[in-house]
Amino acid sequence: MPRAFTPKVVTANALLEGDVVYLTADDQWTRDLKQAELITDEAVADLRLLEAERRAAEVVGPYLADMVAGDGGPEPTHFREDFRRTGPSNYHHGKQAEA
Amino acid sequence: MYQYNEFDHAFLAERNAQFRKQVERRIDGSLTEEEFRPLRLMNGLYLQLHAYMLRVAIPYGTLSSAQMRQLAVIAEKWDKGYGHFTTRQNIQYNWPKLPDVPDILDALGEVNLHAIQTSGNTIRNVTADHFAGAARDEIADPRPVAELLRQWSTDHPEFQFLPRKFKFAVTGSPNDRAVTRAHDIGVRMIERDGEAGYEVLVGGGLGRTPMIGKVIRDFLPKEDLLPYMEAIVSVYNTLGRRDNKYKARIKITVHENGIDTIRDKVEARFAELKPLFSGVDQEMLAEIERQFAPPAFRNGPTDTFEAAREADPIFRAWADTNLTAHRVDGYAIVTISLKKHGDTPGDATADQMRLMADLAEKYGHDELRISHEQNVILPHVHKSDLPAIYAALKEAKLATANVGLISDIIACPGMDYCSLATARSIPVAQEIAQRFEDLKMEHDVGPLKLKISGCINACGHHHVGHIGILGLDRAGVENYQITLGGDGTETAEIGQRTGPGFAYDEITDAIERIVRAYLELREGPDETFLMAYRRVGADPFKAALYEDEKAKTRAA
Repeated sequence: MPRAFTPKVVTANALLEGDVVYLTADDQWTRDLKQAELITDEAVADLRLLEAERRAAEVVGPYLADMVAGDGGPEPTHFREDFRRTGPSNYHHGKQAEA
Repeated sequence: MYQYNEFDHAFLAERNAQFRKQVERRIDGSLTEEEFRPLRLMNGLYLQLHAYMLRVAIPYGTLSSAQMRQLAVIAEKWDKGYGHFTTRQNIQYNWPKLPDVPDILDALGEVNLHAIQTSGNTIRNVTADHFAGAARDEIADPRPVAELLRQWSTDHPEFQFLPRKFKFAVTGSPNDRAVTRAHDIGVRMIERDGEAGYEVLVGGGLGRTPMIGKVIRDFLPKEDLLPYMEAIVSVYNTLGRRDNKYKARIKITVHENGIDTIRDKVEARFAELKPLFSGVDQEMLAEIERQFAPPAFRNGPTDTFEAAREADPIFRAWADTNLTAHRVDGYAIVTISLKKHGDTPGDATADQMRLMADLAEKYGHDELRISHEQNVILPHVHKSDLPAIYAALKEAKLATANVGLISDIIACPGMDYCSLATARSIPVAQEIAQRFEDLKMEHDVGPLKLKISGCINACGHHHVGHIGILGLDRAGVENYQITLGGDGTETAEIGQRTGPGFAYDEITDAIERIVRAYLELREGPDETFLMAYRRVGADPFKAALYEDEKAKTRAA
């Protein structure tokens, strides 16, 4: 049996600010992980990533990040993505300061 | 200090103008990221976890007060009001926006600073002993040599696409404070039979395959420096592996080919290159040396210092840990700790930068240094000015008396900022420093270098820490390995791993167990941690680290 597909979001950094951004279902870039499209189908994920890669004037380095479905939207499965959606732990900078 | 000439100004202005256009073309879509990336890296601009990061070179760690003030201006105007001093004597800004970067580079250019070759497979910022020109044990000031190497390596056409990055360090003292043995090339200024020259080390480095540099030439005459350096980098450029990023550094080239083969090839190349150097490099060096002439030291009484030291135990504690012997009587070298307990190692706010600049201007012959240990140094201070300096530092929360102690931790940015990191470093450093402050133990423990890296690339120099910590990702959880017995000085050694790593919430307790074990087994306060480790080996420390856990497991 093939291994179950871990749900994904498309994430990248914004070209101008460098901020962490996520792709929404209606093709917007959001700074809020909760608003991101949680992709549960592998073929759809690959397609969404290809579409994101074509938007090189908006973002840098798009990739698929593992997530699980949470109450309020996608939740990271790995601590790296948890830091990316929050900001650094030594200062109240980054997303945690903008929320 | 070195003053830019017309050529330097014109070169920098042109580079900055080029980069401004490149940024414009990236933003308007004419350049793809693949095309733009090498261009931004050549100018020190990274894209990290949360934002862009600009790495600015501080050549051989030397700054004037005007330069430090401009770093403060940049922190305030284009960043979040602070900067991070790194283990390679650079400063990093963690939050610049891409459209602002050309303006930041122009602002740096106004004070003769730049971000060129702070990234990429080129010769990086040339580092040097942070006590250069001031240390009592010094044979000669290494900075003119470092400046000559900087000029030679900047935009060197042959060395813009090396197999991998390449790092130089220079020291003019027998006591190595520049970690020359862990650099691609280490240059040690020495004297033999009254003649000045260099001992040249090659193939040192940390990272995933740590190696101590080997002597390739035990005495290089002064005039042969540049042709010999060019010969080494040229041989590496040809021989260094480009098939595997992890085997591309010169340490692997030296390891795989053997130092004798490398030496033969370098000597052959040197014989070809030597006649091409007309001697103009030595004329340039002489001119640079004039610009590094020592300041006009004053002769004055130091009894105010002695009196303050007697009267105020807190001032005395600071003076005892943060001052180093100066080569001129009546003077001291002041190390300003950027390691306040619980704060981020190496960070300074714009206000703190300005204060340090003011102190340098008023009391320190206008000179500041950045150490690879992420502190700031006032190299030339008359002892009678120390009480005033201390009072001003205290006001700015810069008077922490911990230089060389366990809370004077080197830590890389780790996963709070760096996109390569596998675990966090900064909060681990903060918690360990705070723990030892709460225990009021560190002055009793004495000299102990603790160094933390958040990934195997070892920017935090953990391999040469007396205690080293390496943060890893073990099955999706942060895990911290400990090494013991590392040493970054002239008696350099790579630390040895103790065994299994510790979880994020266990690592501070683990470090405390090591330190308590040391206090129990040392022969007296004069036996430092490193001396004790060398006497007894790793076993008593491993017992302290792991025996308790075994007991717990048995009891459960």
